[in-house]
Amino acid sequence: MTQAVNSPYFNANARKALDDAFLQKALARSEKGFIERRKAAVEKLPEYDALRDSARDLKDHILAHLDLYLEAYEKNVIASGGHVHWAATAEEANEIILGICKRLNAKTVAKGKSMISEETGLNAYLETNGIRPVETDLGEYIIQLRGETPSHLIAPALHVTKEQIEADFRRAHVELPPERNLDEPTSLLAEARAMLRDKFLAAEVGITGANFLIAETGSSVIVTNEGNGDLTQTLAKAHIVISSIEKVVPTREDAATFLRLLARTASGMDLSVYTTFSTGARRETDPDGPLEYHVVLLDNGRSNMLGGKFQEMLRCIRCGACMNHCPVFHAVGGHAYGWVYPGPMGAVLTPSLVGVEQGGQLPNASTFCGRCEEVCPVRIPLPKLMRNWREREFERHLQPAAVRYGLGLWAAFAKRPALYRAATSLAMRTLRLFGGKGRLRQLPLASGWTRYRDFPAPQGETFQSQWKKRGTAR
Amino acid sequence: MSEPIDAAAKKPPRVGLFATCLVDLIRPRVGFATAKLLEDAGCTVEVPQQTCCGQPAFNSGDRKTARELAAQAIEAFEPYDYVVLPSGSCAGQVSLHYPELFEGDAAWLPRAKRLAAKTFELTAFLSDVLKVTPKARFEGSVTYHDSCSGLRELGIAAQPRKLLANVEGLDLIEMKDPHVCCGFGGTFCVKYPDVSNKIVGKKTENIVASGAATLLAGDLGCLMNMAGKLSREGSKIKVRHVAEVLAGMGDAPAIGEPER
Ligand code: SF4
Repeated sequence: MTQAVNSPYFNANARKALDDAFLQKALARSEKGFIERRKAAVEKLPEYDALRDSARDLKDHILAHLDLYLEAYEKNVIASGGHVHWAATAEEANEIILGICKRLNAKTVAKGKSMISEETGLNAYLETNGIRPVETDLGEYIIQLRGETPSHLIAPALHVTKEQIEADFRRAHVELPPERNLDEPTSLLAEARAMLRDKFLAAEVGITGANFLIAETGSSVIVTNEGNGDLTQTLAKAHIVISSIEKVVPTREDAATFLRLLARTASGMDLSVYTTFSTGARRETDPDGPLEYHVVLLDNGRSNMLGGKFQEMLRCIRCGACMNHCPVFHAVGGHAYGWVYPGPMGAVLTPSLVGVEQGGQLPNASTFCGRCEEVCPVRIPLPKLMRNWREREFERHLQPAAVRYGLGLWAAFAKRPALYRAATSLAMRTLRLFGGKGRLRQLPLASGWTRYRDFPAPQGETFQSQWKKRGTAR
Repeated sequence: MSEPIDAAAKKPPRVGLFATCLVDLIRPRVGFATAKLLEDAGCTVEVPQQTCCGQPAFNSGDRKTARELAAQAIEAFEPYDYVVLPSGSCAGQVSLHYPELFEGDAAWLPRAKRLAAKTFELTAFLSDVLKVTPKARFEGSVTYHDSCSGLRELGIAAQPRKLLANVEGLDLIEMKDPHVCCGFGGTFCVKYPDVSNKIVGKKTENIVASGAATLLAGDLGCLMNMAGKLSREGSKIKVRHVAEVLAGMGDAPAIGEPER
């Protein structure tokens, strides 16, 4: 029941995205804001780069001792009155959550934002089992209305324009008076809040994700800007946290290190509006809170990444900066990537989690411009990791034949300098004959280039042969 | 390895010019411009038999071919005091990725590292190592695109601008987002033509909006991509490698113009 993988069709998805005028408008609107806000926040913090280094080292340390920190975390969750459930696969995680909901006779669950629940396809699973999930994050609420999946880690409805949202609300909120003005984002938020309030109260179970899990206290931490997560988890009978295993950090102080980086890199804020720590169920002295507190810890392929070529990807704190700065993401949006995680981080993580046979297109769909690595707060070498995937694909002969043969032919010449010189010198002189105007509008075998661009004609004789002549002439 | 060269030193530095395959095949003029700049600065320039640095293979996941081509280049260029390339991405391949390719190889790794340490992109070599500012004239306004590998792998941004600032008659106008990718990406542009086209379209928009009459950059791949798009759009903007202007060869036919 995990989310279906549509990544092998990246090229077709991308073409569709490029032709989608609404999407292109939404993408064009969002790009600058993300980049400028991050830049301003980073410039205000002189120790930003040093903070990145310590965050990277800290994550590496955690990943090297992940078992120990997870054990400590589990012990402290139990000690504070909570329950920990280990799920090796997405299916297991869904079953555990359904089990809790059924035991509590839940009809409705309120959900905070969680990419892990996207990974397991939780909403669809609950629905087929007669339970209604209600997304409470504004962006998630919008795409739930539209029957879509998130297209960005922290801005799930990035692909939708304000005008589309207004139309969706008018369609779905039947009691909304037609004269009510919804021009401003704030009025949209107020409208969504009004709709959601009753649902919060009706929900028997609240499900949230986790940005961090703190080993020393057994707490889970979420950051939100709307405060919906707090309501989700305090009003229901049970609070279920669904998280992947690599989110654990040793101490509260360590969580603070990442929190400082996360908000600045993601949205340019010093801290998110709400940072919520949850530890166990309601205690006798607590005025409110859930009666049960559960944590579902999902592996779903991550432990296989430990100790291997892709371990560094597990440092990711899901800030979204890599996609905000990615020219490919900004051309096609998140859905073209065809699974849960878009952009550069998705291009590395998707093949790790769903297999390179299905996810292999994504690490190829990058220009290797390196901006993602430049902005990543935990310094993940994303281009290098994408290249690692390309190597895996190459070893396993998964690339299209045309690419392999094209490269193979090129390599055969490039490895024989004398042959190369003779062949290229002839080829360039021939090409030159066809490029009388200085450019070629069509070129056999290179339609990918000439569909949109002219091909500058070669000058004629190659540099090496001209240089040789110069030598003898002297 | 990168101490400034003492003008009074007895022997001029011997530079192996690695033209890169695109320059070799498509635009030899850039090779000659590079040679001229180096010779004017007092270097002895040689062009050993060469093919490709192996970057297309490396980035396509074909490590074996990449290693073979790297070994071939190491053997060809080992004898020189310096190796200079008129390309940030190929210079990055040699100076950063060659050592990576031979990790754990006791025979080749030291050779790869030695070569890496004496390999430079042209504008960085002129301004950081030789510390020279070539004299040239070029009438008109130019805008400069920072190619990604040169910028992010080697930190090249100030050097070409500093050298251009010294060219008489030249007016540098910065475009919006000069550091954003042009969508070339090696084989990316033919494997994902639609996405590449969208990206280069944004780039040419910024180039045109700058109002500059000439576009310069330090990598022929990106230049061909942008020149091809500008020409398809019917733009009159001329496109050249930065070396051509620095070497005073800015009046020859631009990229995509017929040879005279
Ligand atoms: S890979 Fe880095 S930049 Fe991208 S989401 Fe993860 S932490 Fe942020």
